[in-house]
Amino acid sequence: MMKALAMPFRASDDGDRTRQGAATLVLLAVLLFIACLISLGVGPTGVGLKDLWAYATGHSASLTTQERVILEAVRLPRTALGLLVGAGLAVSGAMMQGLFRNPLADPGIVGVTSGASLAAVTAIVLGGTVLSPMALFFGNYFLPLMAFFGGLLNTWLLYMIAMRAGRTSTTALILSGIAIGALTAAMTGLLIFMADDRQLRDITFWSLGSLGGATFGRVSSILPFVLVVLAIMPFVARGLDALILGDAAAFHMGIPVQRLKKIVIVAVAAACGASVAVAGSIGFVGIVVPHLLRLTMGPSHRFLLPGSALGGGALLLIADSVARTVAAPAELPIGVITALFGAPIFLLLLLGRNGIGMRDVQ
Amino acid sequence: MSDAMISATHITVVRSGRKLLDNVGVDLEPGKFTVVIGPNGAGKSTLMKVLSGEMTADIGHVSYYGTSVDLCQPVDLAKRRAVLPQATQLAFPFTALEIARMGAVAHGALNPTEEGRKALSRVGLRGFESRPYPSLSGGEQQRVQFARALAQVPQPVADGLPRALFLDEPTASLDLGHQISVLEIARDFASAGGIVLAILHDLNLAAEFADHLVVLNHGRVVAEGPCADTVNDDIISAVYGIAGTVGRLPAAHIPYVLPQSRHR
Repeated sequence: MMKALAMPFRASDDGDRTRQGAATLVLLAVLLFIACLISLGVGPTGVGLKDLWAYATGHSASLTTQERVILEAVRLPRTALGLLVGAGLAVSGAMMQGLFRNPLADPGIVGVTSGASLAAVTAIVLGGTVLSPMALFFGNYFLPLMAFFGGLLNTWLLYMIAMRAGRTSTTALILSGIAIGALTAAMTGLLIFMADDRQLRDITFWSLGSLGGATFGRVSSILPFVLVVLAIMPFVARGLDALILGDAAAFHMGIPVQRLKKIVIVAVAAACGASVAVAGSIGFVGIVVPHLLRLTMGPSHRFLLPGSALGGGALLLIADSVARTVAAPAELPIGVITALFGAPIFLLLLLGRNGIGMRDVQ
Repeated sequence: MSDAMISATHITVVRSGRKLLDNVGVDLEPGKFTVVIGPNGAGKSTLMKVLSGEMTADIGHVSYYGTSVDLCQPVDLAKRRAVLPQATQLAFPFTALEIARMGAVAHGALNPTEEGRKALSRVGLRGFESRPYPSLSGGEQQRVQFARALAQVPQPVADGLPRALFLDEPTASLDLGHQISVLEIARDFASAGGIVLAILHDLNLAAEFADHLVVLNHGRVVAEGPCADTVNDDIISAVYGIAGTVGRLPAAHIPYVLPQSRHR
């Protein structure tokens, strides 16, 4: 029985991993469904499977008013938000790693996250004084908007610096990403130095990441960004595969390389900026999920990208469920959970380099 | 100028104030195996990059069957020519089949997996399909890349137009037997009506396989034509700065191997 179950995942002898990829996608979809049920069910007020089923089939009358309110106003938006943030982070991580031909590349590395963070911290610290007209005008959208534009600005800056004679060199991109990231982090540090106690608490909570305070408003503010990134997946998958062989080889195989790079960079900036805006900086999702998937389905982006969307959503929902329950009634920042799980896995992956083909490329 | 060929005229490429190519013209004709030779830094790879459309010349232009290369979309060029680059390293463990399959995908194959499989067996790598590329030897990697290029132009002539194979030092990391095999596949491609352009360092191999030889030095074409006219003592000593040894066996105590095609 176990053997039969493992069949689709066994390394096939004919080198064609299409079946493994498809089987893994099905498994991930099931996993994501279970993660959604867990995320909807657990918490101070437990909502059982039977109640969830009743609600889903339109028999909400069998739920208590309290259960229904919690489900509709708290759990549903939180689950939807976790799903979108997780999918966005994991897919943009996978895309970035393909773009940079480096399994360790991450939106965090090229400064998208730090740009969004700087803008968000700016919003928190200066929102009451210098920027108060803007803060008043945009209300609750002030922080998300700032973070989103911060991410875009950093990506744009990076792109301008790394562009040479109409081409982008991967080395230049990563190195300037590190430099820009360090600069933004220093500026963030300066702002934190200026912050008062209440702002400091906000910044700390936010910088560790959280899905707390999820509303359908926030869900709808991130939805378009994530949907756009998901929609371009089938169109960039082949190009990203070819890009692994190098810019020149990708061009030889008919890929409009510079256009592909622009599309991927903008998509990554949008997904990450939006995610940071609504949930703070949640690390390791974009690097751990694609890594684990490459182990079972291989590095082809045909399956890696949709797999990352499903797996990222599932991982974040499970991490959030843990964050809500282990220290109840208090809530751990979700970034702490993803780092606790993610960092050791990441280290293990680094140590077992050969097993996953993480070779250095000169 | 015939429309049924790839041609470059008056190509000049300047980088950092240095002329990498200086007024170079090359015609690649269907049915011909063209070989470019010359010392390091002569501009051989630059010429191939310009011809493949990867690099734009500062002066001069390249045309594919009468159409300027600047007007061709990457996807159209991919259907007309495939390029075998020098050693390629990968950070991700694609299997040999997945690499070869990419070439088939590039020309729009209906069943890319099958075509990738076929290309692998053409280069003698049947049974290597599931091997991760990074675990292969340098020579095996080179042949996987060759299979990818073959899968991209499976027919030497398709829709009435010849297809082209550009090979940048295809024999660099191969043993003698595979050097000959790879060049034989390329020659078959040319004799079936395709276009072949190869950069080679081994003059013996060049003389053995080339229908048309282009000798580059300091970015200029110094000699061009059939091997018999181009590989001579004067050119060897002028281009490589070594004593001419053309057509002469070395001293009796020095072993001497001349790899030759198995089929003539």
